[in-house]
Amino acid sequence: MTIDWQPLLLTFKLASVTTAILLCIGVPFAWWLANTRIRFKPVVEAMVSMPLVLPPSVLGFYLLLAFSPEHWFGQWLDRVAGLRLAFSFEGLIVASVIFSFPFLVHPVQAAFQNLPRSLTDAAQVLGKSNWQTFLRVLLPNIKPALLSGTVLAFAHTVGEFGVVLMIGGNLPNETRVASIAIYDEVEALNYAAANFYAGVLFCLSFLILLLVYIVNRKALK
Amino acid sequence: MIIASINKRLHGANGEFQLNVSLDIAEGEFVALFGPSGVGKTTLLRCLAGLDQPEQGGVVVNGETWLDSAVRINLPPQHRRVGYMFQDYALFPNMTVRGNLEFALRKGSAKKRVDELLALMDLGELQYRKPDTLSGGQKQRVALARALASEPRLLLLDEPFSALDTEMRSRLHDEILRLQRHFCITTIIVSHDVGEVYKLASRVMLMEAGRIVQQGSPNEVFSAGQTSGKFRFTGEILAIEPMDVLFSLTVLVGNQIVRVVAMPSEAGELRTGDRVMLVSKAFNPMVLKLE
Repeated sequence: MTIDWQPLLLTFKLASVTTAILLCIGVPFAWWLANTRIRFKPVVEAMVSMPLVLPPSVLGFYLLLAFSPEHWFGQWLDRVAGLRLAFSFEGLIVASVIFSFPFLVHPVQAAFQNLPRSLTDAAQVLGKSNWQTFLRVLLPNIKPALLSGTVLAFAHTVGEFGVVLMIGGNLPNETRVASIAIYDEVEALNYAAANFYAGVLFCLSFLILLLVYIVNRKALK
Repeated sequence: MIIASINKRLHGANGEFQLNVSLDIAEGEFVALFGPSGVGKTTLLRCLAGLDQPEQGGVVVNGETWLDSAVRINLPPQHRRVGYMFQDYALFPNMTVRGNLEFALRKGSAKKRVDELLALMDLGELQYRKPDTLSGGQKQRVALARALASEPRLLLLDEPFSALDTEMRSRLHDEILRLQRHFCITTIIVSHDVGEVYKLASRVMLMEAGRIVQQGSPNEVFSAGQTSGKFRFTGEILAIEPMDVLFSLTVLVGNQIVRVVAMPSEAGELRTGDRVMLVSKAFNPMVLKLE
């Protein structure tokens, strides 16, 4: 049996890029959410949490509609940035970022809220800018939450199926990630190949989670 | 020289009230804000530091305007050069003792200042420890050293000793006095401990419901001109035992247990656990000097 490594590589590429983007936008967003006093904060929080409760196919369906060249948003993206997100790797990234957003934002937001306000006050009184305070006082003190948020987001992206299937389909080397490949191989009654992909995902997921718990236990000591 | 007036609406336990305070403090003075909790003492400190915004007011320190609501000057806390000691110390858990102090240095300050403060506060042995591993008194000393590391023009202490036992308090009082004189820095302390105020401050401002109702030297304010010739202590009765025709009372005063004698008429009304006041005339008590 020759093994096609492409779906696995694609899965980890997707998860890595998604997690990197999430870290860049999710952490500042979580900080903002933890500190803001705007009136419509519950609305924002509900929107962030939607992917937790929505069936992935619902999200995938609407994203597919929005990304399609028939839709004004899809047209606008195509015209302005030359991006066609439906059935493409870039589309998968955008969808994964939205779908895994709460997995990173929730633990990080909770950790920011649990930090005593006096830490920020103290840094400001000592003459540090908001940016210095954020980088040198706040972030280092939420490391465990940052780590678990990152890993959860990564693992969740590795495991997603519904959204990917809806907006990515099953194009080899473009959108055929491991979870899709498993489904595809089973449909073709090719159980050996399905077993291989499934086994790799199973072991890797376990190892990643194990690592998080070990590191977090050390961090608490 | 600090001149300040602060006006701010506050929500207290007994409804809203107006914080309305004017201060005039000389350079190098050690002033105490005294009063029950919830009268706006901490808010006043936070307004001076720029952490809270008053609706109206002004703060001028050594001729430099920090706040003037009339012309919309309002320096952020970063530019006020205040040393602030928080009630919970607010040490940065991710940094060592030394790291906390170095973080506090102003741009261009020599690292030597950290060594100096570590030595001055007797923290040399603890310098590579993280705050979580320190005792309350040690944290307190680190917090004080850190507040001084930033070369402040004004030192604000928000009930810094409330979480410590009596002996530790007394040691830290000495320490703070020594440092305050060493750096000759204007200091405001929030406290509701009469003994502390007596020991530290040269002037006390009595605060009630957002206003300063009385100020003067601790002696003037607390004894209100009529020093009593009696000792008064309040305590809790631990035991009542009959003794021939009298009764013996065991009373807990502070953390000392004393045994006093009571007449049957007095003892008849008392029960274990009652709060009592012991009054004794003291024409000529023995006075012993302590180390």
